[in-house]
Amino acid sequence: MEILVCIRRVPDTSENEITLNADRTDIEREELVYSINEPDNYAVEEALQIVARCGGNVTVVTVGGEDDEEVLRREMAMGANHGVLLSDDVFGGSDGRGLATILKTFVRKGNYDLILTGVQAEDGGAQVGGMLAAMLDYPFASLVNSIEVGQGKKLKISREIEGGNKEISEIDLPCVLSIQTGINEPRYVGMRGIRAVASVPVPIYGAADLALDPGSVGATAARVKRVDYFLPTLGGGAEMLTGSREENAERVLELVAAKGGLK
Amino acid sequence: MARIFAYITHKSGVADDSAAELAAAARKIDASASPTAIVIGAGSELDSVCSTLLSLYAEVWKISSEAFAHPNAELIRKALVKLLPTGSMVLVAHEHFGIDLAPGLSIKLDAAFVSDVVGIDGLEGSSLKLVRQEFGGQVSAHVHCDISGGAVVSVRPGAFKPLPSTAGDGAVVDKSSEVGVLSAGRRFIETVVAEAGDVDITKHAVLVSIGRGIQEKDNLGIAQDLADALGAAVSCSRPVVDAKWLEKSRQVGSSGKTVKPKVYLACGISGAFQHLAGIKGNPFIVAINKNPKAPIFQVADIGIVDDILEFLPELTNKVREMRGVTAK
Repeated sequence: MEILVCIRRVPDTSENEITLNADRTDIEREELVYSINEPDNYAVEEALQIVARCGGNVTVVTVGGEDDEEVLRREMAMGANHGVLLSDDVFGGSDGRGLATILKTFVRKGNYDLILTGVQAEDGGAQVGGMLAAMLDYPFASLVNSIEVGQGKKLKISREIEGGNKEISEIDLPCVLSIQTGINEPRYVGMRGIRAVASVPVPIYGAADLALDPGSVGATAARVKRVDYFLPTLGGGAEMLTGSREENAERVLELVAAKGGLK
Repeated sequence: MARIFAYITHKSGVADDSAAELAAAARKIDASASPTAIVIGAGSELDSVCSTLLSLYAEVWKISSEAFAHPNAELIRKALVKLLPTGSMVLVAHEHFGIDLAPGLSIKLDAAFVSDVVGIDGLEGSSLKLVRQEFGGQVSAHVHCDISGGAVVSVRPGAFKPLPSTAGDGAVVDKSSEVGVLSAGRRFIETVVAEAGDVDITKHAVLVSIGRGIQEKDNLGIAQDLADALGAAVSCSRPVVDAKWLEKSRQVGSSGKTVKPKVYLACGISGAFQHLAGIKGNPFIVAINKNPKAPIFQVADIGIVDDILEFLPELTNKVREMRGVTAK
């Protein structure tokens, strides 16, 4: 099976305090720790496990700049056979539809049986996979938490629905699936693995290589534009305890007891 | 002004709570709008869904066919593409079905798409002003969407105060015959219900709930010790289940269990909305997190910026002291 996995490099929210830049047009990106978008890493692991069982190849692709090559190489170190960077100045400012359009032209250059994405990017909206499928007229399923390769050109898949229940379906290939975290246990990537793929070429394709109309992507085509950022205020905000650890623990215990939290 | 539609999910003859929230969202786009609800399904239960919606929507479109007995996003997308007028605005709840439906629907309608919207600041010309959250809810963004070619907007469940029901004089319009025969590349087989698990977290008045901040499986004992001292149960957020450190039955959230404790200790939990969606009944929430920007602090009653691996043992000791038990 030929599998394409669309991945993103994102600021790691579990490692970073996200703050805003001075004019609030972006988050403060200095000193941020970036990594592979977590669900995308599960998608790559799933692709590798399918190929280990059924044969084939795994290609990882991302839309971005030269910094983003790092996550392609990380996933190649995990075992992906090929990495491709889709990069062009005209891609800048693309909305979800623009990203899906760029990926669509790349998919059409190849012959993929299965296309995987992560369920959602840290700064995205769980949209590119579903858009890409519709553009290609492929079947689509989101929130996929298990894949079984059956006989013939189809898969048996499970989707995560409410309350931890699972919706089991059959889906025709080729198709696009968005992968939920927890579907597998992604393998560890060490420095040795990264070094082993350091000299493998990662081709870069721009709009011309993809025969892509530059007017269909980027900031000019985007119908959805982020204007600025602000810090959210969801609720009233917590009363913050700022005493010593011991004082804080005593205060929490008092409050918990008062609320009937001690049996 | 483009016509506004709300796609209504329903189960066993009852419309989802999001029906009233989408009606409220439609009013935020245009206070004078008279939005239309779309209900797709099969059987007589569909009629009860439609009739209850007349208290929220001026018009309800009913599409009934055995093909829709189980909601299949691809079939429903094809039906909507046939039915919806050019330039429509479509509101969908951002849950598992909406995530399946909405992105592809926007492509087939050639409409703009904004997902997981938490606020609507109204319409200015053809620019719809929306609010989204990014980076796990740590920051919010103002987003402008060009709706001149129509738009699909998925709305976060719980983000909009439900529109109160009123005695409506609207009508149910049966559009079933306009859909025709449809086929899809994905076919429903069955629903598998979640396993019960060893501990029923929905039955506990106090939950010691752990998140990514627990760091590794070997640290679970720290949370269990506190739970034992308090007479509480240990629950968790998604990353703990993803890492296979606890069973799925311990997970609080939209894809896990809905809990209604009196006291909820959120330990090393960032507070993603999918997690918060599983906490009901307005419990007293104590949040402990190393990251002062964690969204959990916005909804908690008491917050402490600390490492749970240090703080929880301290709290356990205090509980044991109070109970006159010598620490192990």
